[in-house]
Amino acid sequence: MSEGHDHHDGHDHHSAPLSEPAQRVKALEQLLVEKGLVNPQALDELIDTYERRVGPRNGARVVARAWTDPEYRKRLLDNAARAIEELGFPPGPQGEHMMVLENTPRVHNLVVCTLCSCYPWSVLGLPPVWYKSTAYRASAVNDPRGLLKGFGVDVGDDKEVRVWDSSSEMRYFVIPERPTGTEDLSEDELADLVTRDSMIGTGLPKSPGRRESRAAR
Amino acid sequence: MNGVHDLGGMHGFGPVIREHNEPVFHSEWEKRVFGMTLTAMGRGVCNVDEFRRAIERMPPAGYLAASYYEKWLHALEALLVEKGVVTREELLSGHAAAPAPAQAAESPDDGEGNGGVESFDSSAVKLRFDKSYKPGFKVGDRVVARNFNPEHHTRLPRYARGKRGVIRYDHGVFVFPDTHAHGQGGKPQHVYTVAFEARELWGPDESQRAPVYLDCWEGYLERDRAAAAKPAVKSAPKAAGKLPGKPPGKSSGKSSGKSSDKSSTKTRTAKFAAPARASKSAAKPKARPRAIARKGRKR
Repeated sequence: MSEGHDHHDGHDHHSAPLSEPAQRVKALEQLLVEKGLVNPQALDELIDTYERRVGPRNGARVVARAWTDPEYRKRLLDNAARAIEELGFPPGPQGEHMMVLENTPRVHNLVVCTLCSCYPWSVLGLPPVWYKSTAYRASAVNDPRGLLKGFGVDVGDDKEVRVWDSSSEMRYFVIPERPTGTEDLSEDELADLVTRDSMIGTGLPKSPGRRESRAAR
Repeated sequence: MNGVHDLGGMHGFGPVIREHNEPVFHSEWEKRVFGMTLTAMGRGVCNVDEFRRAIERMPPAGYLAASYYEKWLHALEALLVEKGVVTREELLSGHAAAPAPAQAAESPDDGEGNGGVESFDSSAVKLRFDKSYKPGFKVGDRVVARNFNPEHHTRLPRYARGKRGVIRYDHGVFVFPDTHAHGQGGKPQHVYTVAFEARELWGPDESQRAPVYLDCWEGYLERDRAAAAKPAVKSAPKAAGKLPGKPPGKSSGKSSGKSSDKSSTKTRTAKFAAPARASKSAAKPKARPRAIARKGRKR
């Protein structure tokens, strides 16, 4: 995700002293390599997977398919992990037990993990810092409407806000409502409208007019 | 454990701050901690519940001050020492004084050079489809979350304890974090999504239509006898309509639990819930090898 962001190249060329955690991590990795428990190349590969290959674009593809293919939507509701795998996204860690939550004109779903930071990695990648923050975890369950306003989402009083606290190994992600005026769009174009936040429930999909301003997520 | 990690419903943490164009990792060391943690779990050094427990054991002020990956680092170091994989001295020196215990050093068998990290912790989830564990509740049942305050690890947050709710989904069988985090076995049992109305959780003045759907292991729940005695229980606001997971309706608390909606509730229930004929005692946990067992997961 976040194309265009300046990633470090994996090697520290700075001469500034390492931060305390950086020092500890360096020592730990060196130790585990010496013990034969960690292979640095395997770590690189794993990290690369989560930096570049697994992310909310995967979830967006799933949502767009569900919007356009009623049979797929059924399969997704029935067995989300399997339907997600159909699109080439293996369940992987934190994606084995998945349930999709469909937003409707009457229910807006919002996902949180109040006890830690459980998140559906296989479709959304690793969670953003705000999702893991104390502020989000504290307020999502007892003031979800206020929280959503902070995200610029005003859910009308006629709609139930259903908060999912992911306390188990089940992982949840939201299928937002398909925006109006998108009848003629292709699946790819639809996927471009699906933001990460809309799949957590803290956002809504972009409207078709705003597609060009393709934010990183 | 009534720790600071149990944040649901607390005040004073301020607004949610978001970072524009946030990178996946914020520094090189975060990446390495992430990778090493998955690798350690893939090798069976610890399970996910032990890992969560290790984070929750942080001193409260330290927990609140630490970033996400600082917490991971803390937990990883603590568990590696406790499990006898490394010593404190080795952590400080960054050099191995002795080889790793044989089991942890075994190469996981995924055959794809992934170092066995393809599952965060397969031990936590393997039992999901095991039909030999009979569910004690069915969709639509009225339940009360237990009111307990254990010092051990638990995934029942404080805000839900003692509160009444309705079973909405049965997700099948999972290991029990409360024992799994402490080397006391998996104690497999059903996990349900329970709907708690906002008013039940936050008090009678609460007017938001915002129920919380919380996953609860069977051991966290008791039957709501008071509700079962009544002919009709005040259900969720009508607008729930025929959406997935609607309340069991106007019928009595001893309804069949079959919700009439056509989508996920019904399908999932039919698939995962075995007939509740056996007594609960029949669902005795099978002994499962734990600790530093190999858990290669084939796909």
